[in-house]
Parts: sequence; C-alpha cells; structure tokens
Amino acid sequence: MNARMNRRTFLKAGAATAGGLLVSFYVPERSKLAAATTDAKLNAYVHVGSDDSVTLFIHKAEMGQGTVTSLSMLLAEELECDWNKIRTEFPGVSPEYGPYQGVVGSMSIRTSWVSLRKAGATAREMLVQAAAEHWGVDKSRCRAENNTVVNTASSERLSYGSLADAAAKLPVPSNVALKDPSQFRLIGKPTKRLDTHDKVNGSAVFGIDVRRPGMLHAVVERCPVFGGKVASFDASKSKAIPGVKDVLQISSGVAVIADNTWSAMEGRRVLQVKWDEGPVASVNSAGISKDFAAHAQQPGAVARKNGDAAAALQSAAKKVEAVYETPYLAHAPMEPLNCVAHVRADGCEVWASTQGQSAAHEAAMQITGLPPEKVKVYTEFMGGGFGRRARSDYVADSVEVSKAAGAPVQVTWSREDDLQQDWYRPAAYGRFTAGLDADGWPVALEARLICSPFGGLSKGVARTGVEGVVDLLYSIPNVLVDYHALDPGIPVSYWRSVGYSQNTFFAESFIDELAAAGGKDPLDLRLRLLANSPRLRAALELAADKAGWGKPLPAGHGRGIAVVNNVGSFTAQVAEASVDRGKLRVHRVVCAVDCGYAVNPSGVEQQIRSGIVFGLSAALKGGITIDRGRVQQQNFHQYDVLRMEEMPAIEVHIVSSKNNPGGIGEAGTPGIAPAVANAIFAVTGKRVRRLPIRAEELA
Amino acid sequence: MAVVKFNLNGKTQTVDTPAAMPLLWVLRDTLGMTGTKFGCGMSLCGACTVHINGQAVRSCVTPVSAVAGKTVVTIEGFSPNTSHPIQQAWIEGDVPQCGYCQSGQIMTAAALLAKTSRPTDADIDEAMHGNICRCGTYDTIREAIHRAAEIARAEGGSK
Repeated sequence: MNARMNRRTFLKAGAATAGGLLVSFYVPERSKLAAATTDAKLNAYVHVGSDDSVTLFIHKAEMGQGTVTSLSMLLAEELECDWNKIRTEFPGVSPEYGPYQGVVGSMSIRTSWVSLRKAGATAREMLVQAAAEHWGVDKSRCRAENNTVVNTASSERLSYGSLADAAAKLPVPSNVALKDPSQFRLIGKPTKRLDTHDKVNGSAVFGIDVRRPGMLHAVVERCPVFGGKVASFDASKSKAIPGVKDVLQISSGVAVIADNTWSAMEGRRVLQVKWDEGPVASVNSAGISKDFAAHAQQPGAVARKNGDAAAALQSAAKKVEAVYETPYLAHAPMEPLNCVAHVRADGCEVWASTQGQSAAHEAAMQITGLPPEKVKVYTEFMGGGFGRRARSDYVADSVEVSKAAGAPVQVTWSREDDLQQDWYRPAAYGRFTAGLDADGWPVALEARLICSPFGGLSKGVARTGVEGVVDLLYSIPNVLVDYHALDPGIPVSYWRSVGYSQNTFFAESFIDELAAAGGKDPLDLRLRLLANSPRLRAALELAADKAGWGKPLPAGHGRGIAVVNNVGSFTAQVAEASVDRGKLRVHRVVCAVDCGYAVNPSGVEQQIRSGIVFGLSAALKGGITIDRGRVQQQNFHQYDVLRMEEMPAIEVHIVSSKNNPGGIGEAGTPGIAPAVANAIFAVTGKRVRRLPIRAEELA
Repeated sequence: MAVVKFNLNGKTQTVDTPAAMPLLWVLRDTLGMTGTKFGCGMSLCGACTVHINGQAVRSCVTPVSAVAGKTVVTIEGFSPNTSHPIQQAWIEGDVPQCGYCQSGQIMTAAALLAKTSRPTDADIDEAMHGNICRCGTYDTIREAIHRAAEIARAEGGSK
C-alpha cells in the first residue's frame, strides 16, 4: 500500500527540510513536501509535488473513525489523482481551515461533503488550466485523468507533477462545478483505510509517541475530589527518586517531572499532598439518585409540548408509568490522555492527540499569553477519543508544566487518572408516563428528564439532556417533555452519542413497554407511529426483515428492537439475547442505517459496528460511581469493557440513499442498550430500567 | 540502577535503568521504541504485549531486570517489511480503527498462532480475552486470526 502516512519519516525529514512556504500551515519542520517541491500549494488541502506526489491535507483529526480515508476520498474524487499514490498529512491548526477545527458530533463528513469536493475540483481546474496554457489550447480541450491532464485533441499527456508549479501561480477559480454522483469513481465504493499499514507495524505516531529532543516526562497528582485544591505538599521523598527532576504546583494539581515516565510515576507515588477537598466531598451516588427521584416529582423546564398531554392522560383508557436511571460513564480511550508541549518565550508548540484542535490552540494561547500565530498545534493520531479528547484540560496541563520547566514536556495520565478525572457522561433519570386509547395505541406521552447540564442551557433546557426524547419521530398527538438541570459537581461532557446515549435507552424501552401494555407487537407499534417518518421507518423495516423479526428463535432466546434518529442519520437495531441462570448473552445484532449518501460504505460499516460495541460495553458493564466526591473505579478491573468472547455477531445493512451524508460515528451507539433490554423482556418478561444491566437480577 | 543486557529484536541491547522499571517504559522512554503501548499499567488491557522468549508477556508489569539474558521481540522487530501473516491478514481485513491497541493484539495473536496453527474460536477467545479494543474491532480480529493461520499454512507448506 503506497497511500500511507508515515509520521515518523516526517519527523525525521522535517528538521532538515524546514522551508518558508509551509509556515502558513504550521508544519515547517515536519513536512516532506518541502523537499519535493518549491511551490505546489494549490489550496489549503491539496499539494502536488514536482515529483508527481499528491499530498492531501486532512484538517480534521483521526481517532479511528476513518476521517483520513473518507475526507481523502472527497478530495481525490474531484482532483482525479491516483488513489494509490496519495499521501496524507495533518496540517495542524490554521485559520485557513475555518474558525473551529475539531472532530465532534459526527460532523466531519457533513461539514466537508461540499467544501472538500470543491477544494479537489478547484485544484484540478488549476492543473487543467496550466496544461491548456502549456499546449496553447482552450481548457475545454483538456481533461484531468489519473494524475495527468490529457489533451483530447492530440492525446498528449502532462503529469500533475510537471504542471504543479505553473498551476500554483494561476488565480484560484471560483464556482467550479462538482460531479454528479452518477460519475463518482471513489465516493460510494467500499474503500480500505489509508492508515492501516502503519497501525500494524508500530510506526503510526500517536500523541503519546511524540518524542522531542530534551523532552521531560511528567505526571500530575490531582485532587481525588472534584473541584478540590492543593492545600500544601511535601515533595522531599519524590525528589529522592532517581530520575525525578522537579516537583511543582500547577492549576490542576502537583506535577512530578522526571527524565522518564516511570520515574515520574514513582515520584508521584511517594508525593505527599494535603488537599482542600471542597464541597463535592459530601457527594455520593446514592444521594444523587435520591435527588433525581425528588426532582422527578416536580415539573421541569418545558423542552417540547404538543397538544395537551395532561388532559389526554386523564381521559386515556390505560396509563403506563416507568422510571429509568443510567450511571455516569467514563470514556476510557485506549490511549491514556497525554500531550507534549514546548513553551519558549517567543512561541509554543503543542503535539496533541486531540478531537478539539482549536480548543487546544486556545488553551495554549491563554496559558502562554502568546498571540495565535505563535502557538502551533500539531495533530497526532488519537488512540480513541469518544468525546473525551474534545476537552483541552490535558493540553493545559502540559503547557503549564512546560512553561514552568522551561523544556519540552510530555504529561501522561495513568489509567487511574483517566477514569477518575474524566468529564463523564452524566448520570441521568427519566420518568415516563403514557396514555393508551381503548385499542391500545398511545395518545399521550409525558417525559421528565433529569441530569447535569452541559453545552449550554436555553430556557432551562440543556439540549444534551433532552435529545433523543424531544426529537422522537413517533406520531403521538399529545407530548410533554420537561427537564431538570441537576448539578452535583461531577464534571460532565460529551460521550459518544451524548444525550442519546441515555435518552434513547429511556424512550425506546418505554415504547416497548407501551407495546406490551397495549398488546401490540413492538415492531408493529413502531411502524405505525413512524408512518410520517419514512427514512426511519424504512431503516426499521430493513433491520426487522434482515433479523427475521417474528421468525422462530432457539429456546431461551428473545429479540428486541430499537430505533434512533441522531447525527443526521436514521438507525434501527434488532438484538437477539438469551438469559440462562443469570447469565446474559447477546448473540446477534442486526443494524440498518440510513446515513444519506454513504461516502465510504466500509467505513460506515466499521463505525456502526464500533458504535454498537461501545454502547454494548456501557449497557452490560459501564458504571462510574461516586463516594465522598471521589470516583470509586480505578482501572479496567473495576471499569470493565466488552471483551473478545462477549462479541455478538453484528450485521450492518446500509439503506441506499441520495440524501446528503449524515454522521456515522455516533449513530450505532444509542440503540443497542434498549434493543438488548427489550430482548431481555421478550425472553424473561423482566424490564431493565437501570443500566448497566445486572444479569443476576434477571435470574 | 542496574545494567541489564538482553536481545531486543535480534540485537544485543544494554540499558542502565532502575531494576524495577517496567520493560514498557524502558522500550518507550529509554530506547524510544514507541510501538509498544501503555494502556493500563496493571496487565489489564494487553496494549503493552511483547514477546519474551516467544511468549506473549505484558511489558507494563515486567521489570526490566526480568529480561536479562532473554530475547525480547516488539512490534517494531516483529517482521521485515510488515510481512508476518498476522500483519498481512490485518491489512487484508482492514482491522485497525484508532489502532492503538493493535500492537498488543498482534503480538498476542502471533503467540497464539505460533503455538496453534489452526486456532478454533474458543482458542481465540481464550488467547485474546486480555486484549481490550475500545473501537470494537474484535470480530475483524477474529476473522483476521483465522485468515493469518491460512496464510501461515500456505507459506509454510501444510502442517
């Protein structure tokens, strides 16, 4: 495979080939382009070297979601370059890529679908124009094809490399036409990832693998209680550990700096810190649950209102009520948080595996007081992110330590730090009430949702706390959704699929309860209520069909179904599970997704599978609990995740669609917990209303 | 401090570090070989797996003093040109997503194949249980192990 990234080579080649041209990309010392060409920048995304190389600059970041590959496909489709010869590079943070660079909300394809195809087409048109001028013919006589421009009259060819310098000097054309999808050669075809080769031989450089000359290693002791501060510390024992260079206080705690990570960890082990624990020291999970239940008795801020739910409930033939609760969840990406920073008087460099490139840039600017152009953020491969790496707290740690130490420093978080100092998926509570008519069909729905708010409140409602219920597509005439923002002081933030991660569990479990209460088949009820939502309904029909809904199952097995419309996509899942003497097993998951135009179908399939496994891990095992303001789980033995032998067979079916692409990284996650819970009901008659699922309670 | 001599990826290597320092950090920080990953520090996730005398071992809990005189192979020294059947199968199957756990997955899977030329699904479950993947690539890993076994048998003649 030629099309690959070799960041290690960049790092080696970089120092020798620093060039002025690429300064605007903030990659002066790592670009291999500088060696190949003097002026081949066609635009911010496309460089063509005089050696015929094509380098695509991927302004987003790669955490496994396949962005490098799919964004390259968008560029290459219009550029008409040779897919097998492209190289990709992360350009770092630059205003050329807009005001915000980051990978959150499954937005990369959605925000790049037009802009990157345009960038590819613009570069292609410049190459074609350069060829036309070379031959002295009209541009209409020239055609781009496989890294060359063809003179259609003479059949002469000029390589992109030979045209690059001339093309780069041409004015940038505006309003280039984009291909009709029927002409796509790359987009829509299952395409292998570009980053595989380096990820199977250890050469892919993740943030944690960055090594700089003279770099020191640090770890930070943070208050075990959220919001606590250092009262005093005694570093005398730490400083006696061989390799420890210094111990100093930073905003988040006490940093132990050493010439290797192990010595820093050893120094931290004997560090003595007295904490001012603050008010959160009295918080515990049982108290939070009690608070949830108390708030559930009071009306909250209205998030959605259709018709008159209270009146419709009054007159309903049957009333159904249920409460659901979900725990705090950690992200636990495989690569522990880390960042390398080098702060000097005249500039700051940051090497970060981050989902929030712009946020990292901003954090480094704030700490150093340097202007934007003096702060460089280099994007590194992430060993997972899941929302955790959208925060920049771990970047700030490194910048602060480097500033104080006067040297390049890598701050590495332990797994314990990762689990105990996260910004968690909030614990949440949902109280649901519905009314059924005499035929068993829902006529009213009331939902009260309670969790810590983040991402902003509007009229008392956090979108992140109500999504998945306020945007339910079911046709129920009378709906009231309200919300309580309850903040016990535990940091919360975005976790793969955000509010849908709990609210879809609530809503899709409750719809199942309504089916049972009304004597309806769970699929039939959903199909009827989705009569006006053709995309979700079609995904549901496809999943049900492929799963063999209604067909006989082995004894002791049951099927459960769930749907969700999030990140611009429509997803339905059917899970097959069994419960045998308190042992739960998920055997098979069939998922159908309408994500609009599937840019890379194999990438879509990967992400749906990945999202399902992530959601299943949380549903079966995930739970962060708080005692005296501290997280009780320390490492994977107490925060276990799905393992090889627990994997269900997963089938993914993509609905063919000409709609603009939807997001995919978070589409698979929300539906799996309710699909499994509903399968458990089907086979045991027991309702799971609290996550994680406690198999022993199902016996 | 202790001077420890061992064979690393086919060459003699001598390091002078604290005797208790785990092999993981000797590789990553002392020797700058970052292909072996830190994941948990407690032998719970498998990201740091290397081969010591042919056995898959978690380097995060292996003091460097324990490898004195032994043969250590890491992902970097695992095969010339990324050509091991496991790597071929991993590429064929497009296995990695974020890729962070894959060095450990590959080293664990290779040790399994070295012992068991036709691993069953149960063999794979047992061998791979300790390797966590948060991207959820387990099913493609399983398929790739079966495929790698085929490739290895074809390369090595019938066994």
